[in-house]
Amino acid sequence: MAAMGALLKFGALLLAAVAACVAWEDGDVWDYDGHKLKDSDFLALWPLPQKVQSSAVSFQLSASRFQFTHAEGSSAGSDCSILQNAFRRYFDYIFGFTKKDRDQRRRNAAGSEVLELQVAITSPDAECDGFPSLTSDESYELSVDQPSAVLKAPKVWGALRGLETFSQLVYEDAYDVIAMTNVLNFSVFPDFPRFAHRGVLLDSSRHYLPLKVILANLEAMAMNKYNVFHWHISDDQSFPYVSRMFPDLSQKGSYHPYTHVYTPADVKMVIEFARMRGIRVIAEFDTPGHTQSWGFGQKDLLTPCYTGSSPSGTYGPVNPILNTTYDFMAGFFKEISTVFPDAYVHLGGDEVDFSCWKSNPDIQKFMDQQGFGKDYSKLESFYIQRLLDIVSSTDKGYMVWQEVFDNGVKLKMDTLIHVWKGNEAQYQAEMARVTGAGYRTLLSTPWYLNRISYGQDWRDAYKADPCNFTGTDAQKKLVIGGEACLWGEYVDASNLTPRLWPRASAVAERLWSDQGVRDISDAYVRLVQHRCRMVERGIPAEPLFTGYCRHEYSGV
Amino acid sequence: MSSRCNLRFLIPGLALLLGGVPSVLAVWPQPQQIRNSAERYSLSARAFLFKHADVSAVRSGCDVLDQAFTRYFTLIFPESGGGAHNRYFWTEADPFTVEVNVAEGPCDGYPAEGSIENYKLTVSPGQAVLTSVTVWGALRGLESLSQLVEQDDYGAYYINKTEIEDFPRFQFRGLLLDTSRHYLPLQAILKTLDAMAYSKLNVFHWHIVDDPSFPYQSRKYPDLSKKGAYHPFTHIYTQTDVRRVIEHARLRGIRVLAEFDSPGHTQSWGNGQPSLLTPCYRGDVPSGTYGPVNPILDSTYVFMANLLKEVTSVFPDSYIHLGGDEVDFSCWKSNPDIKAFMKKMGFGSDFTKLESFYMQNIVNISTMLNRSSVVWQDVFDYHEINRPRYVVEVWKWGCYLCEVRRVTKAGLKVILASPWYLDLPGPTHDWARYYNVRPLAFKGTEEQKKLVIGGEVCMWGEYVDATNLSPRLWPRACAAAERLWSDEVQTSSVDQAFPRLTDFRCRLLRRGIQAEPLYVGHCKNEYQGI
Repeated sequence: MAAMGALLKFGALLLAAVAACVAWEDGDVWDYDGHKLKDSDFLALWPLPQKVQSSAVSFQLSASRFQFTHAEGSSAGSDCSILQNAFRRYFDYIFGFTKKDRDQRRRNAAGSEVLELQVAITSPDAECDGFPSLTSDESYELSVDQPSAVLKAPKVWGALRGLETFSQLVYEDAYDVIAMTNVLNFSVFPDFPRFAHRGVLLDSSRHYLPLKVILANLEAMAMNKYNVFHWHISDDQSFPYVSRMFPDLSQKGSYHPYTHVYTPADVKMVIEFARMRGIRVIAEFDTPGHTQSWGFGQKDLLTPCYTGSSPSGTYGPVNPILNTTYDFMAGFFKEISTVFPDAYVHLGGDEVDFSCWKSNPDIQKFMDQQGFGKDYSKLESFYIQRLLDIVSSTDKGYMVWQEVFDNGVKLKMDTLIHVWKGNEAQYQAEMARVTGAGYRTLLSTPWYLNRISYGQDWRDAYKADPCNFTGTDAQKKLVIGGEACLWGEYVDASNLTPRLWPRASAVAERLWSDQGVRDISDAYVRLVQHRCRMVERGIPAEPLFTGYCRHEYSGV
Repeated sequence: MSSRCNLRFLIPGLALLLGGVPSVLAVWPQPQQIRNSAERYSLSARAFLFKHADVSAVRSGCDVLDQAFTRYFTLIFPESGGGAHNRYFWTEADPFTVEVNVAEGPCDGYPAEGSIENYKLTVSPGQAVLTSVTVWGALRGLESLSQLVEQDDYGAYYINKTEIEDFPRFQFRGLLLDTSRHYLPLQAILKTLDAMAYSKLNVFHWHIVDDPSFPYQSRKYPDLSKKGAYHPFTHIYTQTDVRRVIEHARLRGIRVLAEFDSPGHTQSWGNGQPSLLTPCYRGDVPSGTYGPVNPILDSTYVFMANLLKEVTSVFPDSYIHLGGDEVDFSCWKSNPDIKAFMKKMGFGSDFTKLESFYMQNIVNISTMLNRSSVVWQDVFDYHEINRPRYVVEVWKWGCYLCEVRRVTKAGLKVILASPWYLDLPGPTHDWARYYNVRPLAFKGTEEQKKLVIGGEVCMWGEYVDATNLSPRLWPRACAAAERLWSDEVQTSSVDQAFPRLTDFRCRLLRRGIQAEPLYVGHCKNEYQGI
């Protein structure tokens, strides 16, 4: 096709795209619509670092000369697979469209080229072989100078964040046809996250999510400095997790026992893929409600519901009065504690429907024996407490949905309470109550991204702040972060990625950047470009509004 | 909703075997008449043959059907890798034969207003017989046939004994894409055309230009895209691209209705065509901004005549969409030359008269070019006397059927779009909203009802580009497609449609269309992209 030929030719010239930034030494640059291009049109850091200094100096990068290196004295070296993999990944991101770098002859004025990024891990243990955790140090410092830029971080986790920032400093400028190299601004800053827990929840029960989709979203999470993948792996609709100890759970409880499951190898791959990006994987096995699918593969686990005096043939929540239930849970969570290395496991505990329990005569008898009267939340507490004891014995900490706290279940003080209910006033009051009681908490209510509406609803997500509630400084310190949730009723591989991104990016900035970063029009300008950057990197992030990306999504 | 108990997955065909239960093994959109039975015949890619009936007016060499045979062979046997099995036809004694009998040629034409899409399909032991008046009808029948083929748990293909007599309720079943607010790469458009054919939609309304960008590369006025596109090389449609879209559509029996919307929605035109747009004034001086097309200059009409002449030479359809919506009068009001013209024409201060004057001229140009004009309802609303003959597209919300009634009462044809603005998403589970539309539920004579030629799904581009287009369109557009094709009484139940649409959505996924889920559940073959 003639047209394609022309396009490719032009693409080759573009290859080295370009540069220019804070000061236009060669005069102003204009875009096709006649708008004067500002440096913010090129420099779009997301989420915004704590502090950015940029000078008028710009540098160039060349795909054929640029290198990532381990700095002398760094505690990480070429045996650090996290960094080695990250170098390759970020080289691809930076030079994606310029990889071939055909024009080697064209060197710019001497001394203006960055030849390497030296990465220095400054603490004795780089944690190259470890897993990220709630207390991981993600701070880093980046200084860009020629011929060497330097990235310093106490741990590899900070280095990963710094590499992302470094890659975001590189851009193609408006001289794309003439200039043959990429350019950097000169920047120095110590950067660190405002919150330690910055998560995305995906629901692989309402719809099965093929591995590829989960991995792609881990990639996108790293581009947004997220550090927790909350894997809501099972629910009423299906149980795709293949348990070694209880294989019938997925054999009978998944949508399909072979094509719609996560095998141990799959789970391992997700965990390792996430680790490489400094992302924790917190598995949620929600009980005692949301467990219909468990019942197919585990006899007597669920409560038989009754119509009058006979079983109706349907089942309710987990049966909390049988010893076999707790034996099963002990075995199951022991497995989970070895499969998922993170120090936390999410135990759910939300939306328990009491009607089935109420209908069951054995449960009623048990309630009488225990002196619970008609208060079924006491029965729920009874269950949860025993479950928490089981999980504690596996040396795991736990996260629970807010109901568990609301119902007065006795909780260890290191329990993380996940707030998800109510309107703005209600969740703020809940945050105040939870932190008032001395518990650490994280927020999701304003970030249920499965809810969609016409227009730019990322703005609402952006404006919400987990520390917006009435409480002391000590209470605010108990807020460890938040999570963007994408529940799966209406979402599967076909629409997940564009529904999540860039809307989840808004949440990412709220959780990483300084509390004072709130300028929505500045955010818009940066986010538009960040979204194009994600598109360029192969993530089909949907548009914020009318406009275009230089390289449109081509994965149709 | 226990969608995990997907009957089809556990026991294929159970519903049929039990009899009476509404069949999931169904065609979308629902044919006018369909009778199927539990009797089924197994199919094999190695013994399956399309052939032209001896009496058919169409023979091998008919590209529309030749291509369709190749396409549908792959759709029917997705694991067979296309027509690779041709050589086996003659090694099997009794291939299952699909005999296609088309009453009238030609094959090399374009689908058009009034093209007859009726078909009759009979599946019996060892053969299927498909008869139609035109090749376009044959295409619809092949689509239905492909949807009748199922795969059992062992991967074996089969088809049930079936008789279908089918025809569309409305002749115009459109889908609008907006390539101005966001540029849509060619691949996204072609894929949409594929999915349209699966839902028997037959008009691609190409809202190709608008305020934000002008991606159509004109032969006569190359500056329009050079200066008005988002990017003059990467974000445009060349003549070759346009031809490719038209041909891809033709082979699927889809008309391409190009829209060049004016006099409003034309900001991007101004960059490449000086003095086309009205200079706005602040007080006595031009403000430097521009408004709608300048309707008082002769040069405007010369330009429009040339452009539309080119457009009609590029787009073969007998319809052309001239837009005419949402004209903002404030700029015209500010301009002293316009005011003088208004006075001269005796328009007073009624700017709707000025718009009508402009549209009248544009419609005349299109008439001279032998085209039927389509306009947005604004044009009808503004122009109450001596309306030219145009087709009115009703798009405004509110009592849209009141508008349909008014337009048909004036004796003009109507395309209904109001209830099918699919770019408005959510909250979530809203496909039923597009299904529960009653396009003819207004008070009017039979003659009036006949003037409602169809409807159209609109996917405006403010928040849509290649990243999210497909899942936002599909399967919601399928709901509209059934409303426009099928009998309304037979398809009045959302509950009955739900399992069929769920099933059809999985079929779309299988065919590589990124259609989103209606609710919890799964497909045997999930979407494999990201």
